[in-house]
Amino acid sequence: MNKPATSNTATFLGMPPFPVAAREALANSQLRRNLRHATHTIRSKRARVVEELDDWEQLRLAGAAIKDDVLGNLGGYLEQLEESLTRAGATVHWARDAAEANQVVIDIARSHKVDEVVKVKSMVTGEIELNAALEAAGISAWETDLAELIVQLGNDLPSHILVPAIHRNRSEVRDIFLREMGKVGRPAEADLTDEPAQLAGAARRHLREKFLRAKVAVSGANFAVADTGTLVVVESEGNGRMCLTLPEVLISVVGIEKVVPTWTDLEVFLQLLPRSSTGERMNPYTSTWTGVTPGDGPQEVHVVLLDNGRTKVLADEVGRQALRCIRCSACLNVCPVYERVGGHAYGSIYPGPIGAILTPMLRGVGTDEATDALPFASSLCGACYEVCPVLIDIPEVLVHLRGKVVDSHRGGVPGALQAAMTGASWTLRRSSRLALAQRFAGLSGRVLGRRGLIGRMPPPLSRWTDARDAPAPSRESFRAWWARTDGGRSGAGSTAAGSTAAGSPSDTTDEGGEPR
Amino acid sequence: MKVALFVTCLNDTAFPGTGQAVVRLLRRLGVDVDFPSAQTCCGQMHVNSGYVPEAIPVVRTFVDAFKGYDAVVTPSGSCAASVRHQHKIVAQRSGDPALVRGVEALSPRVYELSEFLVDVLGVVNVGAYFPHRVTLHPTCHSSRLLGVGDRPERLLRAVRGITLVELPQAEECCGFGGTFALKNSDVSVAMGSDKARHVRESGAEVLVAGDNSCLMHIGGLLTRERAGIRVMHLAEVLAATEAVE
Repeated sequence: MNKPATSNTATFLGMPPFPVAAREALANSQLRRNLRHATHTIRSKRARVVEELDDWEQLRLAGAAIKDDVLGNLGGYLEQLEESLTRAGATVHWARDAAEANQVVIDIARSHKVDEVVKVKSMVTGEIELNAALEAAGISAWETDLAELIVQLGNDLPSHILVPAIHRNRSEVRDIFLREMGKVGRPAEADLTDEPAQLAGAARRHLREKFLRAKVAVSGANFAVADTGTLVVVESEGNGRMCLTLPEVLISVVGIEKVVPTWTDLEVFLQLLPRSSTGERMNPYTSTWTGVTPGDGPQEVHVVLLDNGRTKVLADEVGRQALRCIRCSACLNVCPVYERVGGHAYGSIYPGPIGAILTPMLRGVGTDEATDALPFASSLCGACYEVCPVLIDIPEVLVHLRGKVVDSHRGGVPGALQAAMTGASWTLRRSSRLALAQRFAGLSGRVLGRRGLIGRMPPPLSRWTDARDAPAPSRESFRAWWARTDGGRSGAGSTAAGSTAAGSPSDTTDEGGEPR
Repeated sequence: MKVALFVTCLNDTAFPGTGQAVVRLLRRLGVDVDFPSAQTCCGQMHVNSGYVPEAIPVVRTFVDAFKGYDAVVTPSGSCAASVRHQHKIVAQRSGDPALVRGVEALSPRVYELSEFLVDVLGVVNVGAYFPHRVTLHPTCHSSRLLGVGDRPERLLRAVRGITLVELPQAEECCGFGGTFALKNSDVSVAMGSDKARHVRESGAEVLVAGDNSCLMHIGGLLTRERAGIRVMHLAEVLAATEAVE
């Protein structure tokens, strides 16, 4: 009864690169409707509660400054945290990578001879694929967050940081519950409907059994307070509180960037996080624990401090700001790209804009095509930066990482884009070369452009013209016009057709919007 | 004040009418704008595609072409933002202190058209006449990178005869994104199609923006859809008068 029904926990490994995965996701109109509705709902809730605070910008600045202080003195704060935790009765483990962290958790679970653990929703255990590692060691990991439960039961992958089952609607959830719950524990009632209250009730009864039975719990932490050794988990459902208080043993896997100096600093983040994340003024459950409290709660507390690429990110002067991230997911909810393709296309536990910078930095660029595609999965519109509670300039880091991707591929046979970029660079360093290129383009414009528009071009430019008309190059460039007319002073002030973005002349004002 | 027009490579090659409109508009406002013919491009395409070293000679050309001017005005929020935010990065990458100094001196004097009109010339009513139903796409780089705020809208509101109608979800990106439009063409078109739908819903005859790159993308979708909606650069609307040239 305790064994998972399937032996293959879903993984992001081996997923296709973003453009391919995105195309598949775009074809799923149900997914697009779900995502559109969900992201717009959270987006406007966030906007409302942020609007309420006069000092929001100061809070953002403070949040960024605290994190930058931590990152600039990380070694010192981590040693302080270890000392405080040890003093409070917790056991501190250091893990360089996913394998080390997973082994620590497996060893602790084995030392207590358990074959199952209950889990608090945590991004970092998704990052290290702890569930798969536990499963391989014969230990079942039960997700207890409602959305994580839906994802796990459906042998699915999370597609959002805050709402991992955002891609599922309630009738899909009902089907998953009916089909899967019985295989791993208490089954859902046969007359289950897709009413949210009924679905939540079924999950509650299914999970209650596991909460009351489990001897070991695994969590992450939103924050780790260095001077007291306090860990903090912020949540909405109360499942986290159950996991953090009922079992005998608690293991928390914590990224080393989660440390904050003091409780006073928490004040800033506990205002920034819920408003940015769920669009609430405060989240329903905030649990804090400091090592072991005799006779109350878990009597054996372990903390696994995880690097897994974070020190590599820290070494990147531009990219290190990504380590400020508090996993609120505001950037996902406002991202026009995420809204249309969802989280799976990013091929990582961290989707959306933050994932597009964090994943390549944690993994390292230049190793595989899927990772290298991520910094390009953005139109650089900047909506993410506008809402980020800790002022991560995501577009800046995206552009920076694009440079790193390109640099990692230099030296080999240049691809089409690299050849085009080199050619353009050569052309654009002298205006005479640009003028020459424009004369050729102008000639081709006469051949190609019917009424100033091109309807079809060969690959790779067909990627433009498959859905969009393209402007034909103007028969006379601006610089040619300027030279010919002395900047319009010599009388012939107007130009040939094909001069505006719509491909229609604009220098008369009485022309109607003629359909073409 | 010596004022130069940075027309941008895209406008120079594909949309000269926009550059001509800026010239007409500025002359009407008493500014004798010059076109330094040594200019080429801001280099944004290279930087945003990851080719920063290739952008170095382009930025050098930019600085050389414009360093003698008090103000540089450009009909592109995106290119103005590139000059203001990216040229510094490119110059630093070059390791050439003279280029760094040149960029530091020049970048703050480069203005997007609506900034130049409102902030430098102090003009909101430019004396234009444009009797059409117009909606404005604010463009991401103008609004988020440059912070032009409501300047384009104020300029349009002062145009005689114009009917300015609201664009639903105006602040949302159109999906152009430079090489994003090719590298991730499916997502780009999905975003653009939603933008085009909002433009149709607005009831406007003309979609106006401060960047022909966005307009090329949205306009390309609108003409493919035979939507009967024209796209025009802000400069062309502001240059329009009752006189037919």
